[in-house]
Amino acid sequence: MAAKPIIQGQEFPVITPTSIKDIDEIPVSIDQERVHVLPGSTKTAASFQFDGEDHTLGNALRYIIMKNPDVEFCGYSIPHPSEAKMNIRIQSYDDADVFDILEKGLQDLMDMCDVVTEKFTIAREEFHSNKMQS
Amino acid sequence: MPAPSDDVLIERKKLKVGVETVSNQQSTDFPGHWPGESHEWDLNHFKNNMRIEFNHEHANKLDLTFSLIGIDTSLANALRRILISEVPTLAIEDVFIYQNTSIIQDEVLAHRLGLVPLRGNRDALRWLRWYQKDEEVPDHEPKSDENCVRLSLNIECRWKEGGLEKTKQGVTDPDELYENHNVYARDFSFEPWERQTEKFGDDGVRSSHPDILVAKMRPGQHIELLMHAFKGIGQDHAKFSPVATATYRLLPTIDILKPIVGADAKKFARCFPKGVIRLDKVTSEDASAHEECAGKEGDAKAVVDNPSLDTVSRECLRHPEFVDKVKLGRMRDHFIFRIESTGQWDSDELFLESIRLLKVKAARIKRGLRRIDALVQ
Repeated sequence: MAAKPIIQGQEFPVITPTSIKDIDEIPVSIDQERVHVLPGSTKTAASFQFDGEDHTLGNALRYIIMKNPDVEFCGYSIPHPSEAKMNIRIQSYDDADVFDILEKGLQDLMDMCDVVTEKFTIAREEFHSNKMQS
Repeated sequence: MPAPSDDVLIERKKLKVGVETVSNQQSTDFPGHWPGESHEWDLNHFKNNMRIEFNHEHANKLDLTFSLIGIDTSLANALRRILISEVPTLAIEDVFIYQNTSIIQDEVLAHRLGLVPLRGNRDALRWLRWYQKDEEVPDHEPKSDENCVRLSLNIECRWKEGGLEKTKQGVTDPDELYENHNVYARDFSFEPWERQTEKFGDDGVRSSHPDILVAKMRPGQHIELLMHAFKGIGQDHAKFSPVATATYRLLPTIDILKPIVGADAKKFARCFPKGVIRLDKVTSEDASAHEECAGKEGDAKAVVDNPSLDTVSRECLRHPEFVDKVKLGRMRDHFIFRIESTGQWDSDELFLESIRLLKVKAARIKRGLRRIDALVQ
């Protein structure tokens, strides 16, 4: 299991299944504790470390960040297989801020999820109504 | 620079399957890869190009096949990974054994019980909370009706009436001799507490596959135990995984470059599973257009019918008569997704849940990201 940060005497798993209740139930401080900027980072070239994340988010985020024309390089790695950590490196062209790029990447990923949900729901309805007719 | 034609775009999306190699695997839809093309992330472009088509759904709604078209592998794979290891389900975690005189050892029995898939009222399952099992933390959340589902199993094997006499007559069939000699998942009884009675209703929590054999017994043997089921995720233990399999494969493509006719066509069709290649008649247009067809009007001609049935066995590439006549490949952005649920959730619900969880992952990183301006000086 992933490493667990202790917050206010209570343990929360880094990856909390959120389907039970809303994401707002998980204190923001937990997420702030698990997002790190690695030493040596600058405004245009930074490495981030996310505790409790893996290839699931890593590869998807890498793809969507690479779609940004301000990005010169983006790559991710899992530094060690037995540590639940994921590093992502972003280098930007000109003076583009890597924080903006990362935020845009995450937002784009969320927008994409909404589109897939919408398309899936429509396709499911169509399939079921066609089934009814035939 | 002219925009690439549709044919070129499709060709770019094809993985090439050779006799012993696979090439052109990597996505190239990034800015700066193709001179003069943008490929910047554009939500509207994605909206217009992404498609989902349902192919097949089993009547029990647990087995679903659909096509996810126009999406990158990294995203399709993220959804697949979430389905397997991050969608929470209810499974038996603690077993309190009061009596077990069967030949199956306590720990083996407990492990088997854990793997039994459970089902119950969906809203009630959603209402259940995550239980953080960690006895070392002093004020950890206690077990309550909101995070713990209790089940019990109390079963004893006995001789059937007249069973002893039957043995003496030489009957060996256990079904005729004993009662309860097979312990099935259907023998579990739900022990609701507090709000659970109302939330889970009359059906309660039961195994989604009642015929799972848990243990075997002989007369005089007895199993009595209490089970506590919690919500968990597949990353912790495979028993919490909501799917038996969640897989995808890429849509196979078969391009016949030069006509394959006559006996060769029949042989070609036999290189593929049924339904992939269709045999048509050579028409007069074909005969005049291709030298291979000249004078063979009315003969059989191989035509691709349904490439999605192909297993990409590459059998056709082994035969010298088809060299340079056929090209095999796969569409890099066409995923034939298959989700087989273990029974707690319907497959379509699971897929929607996996998308939601991916979005939550991104949202949590986004809100946890603090600009460290001091560092950026």
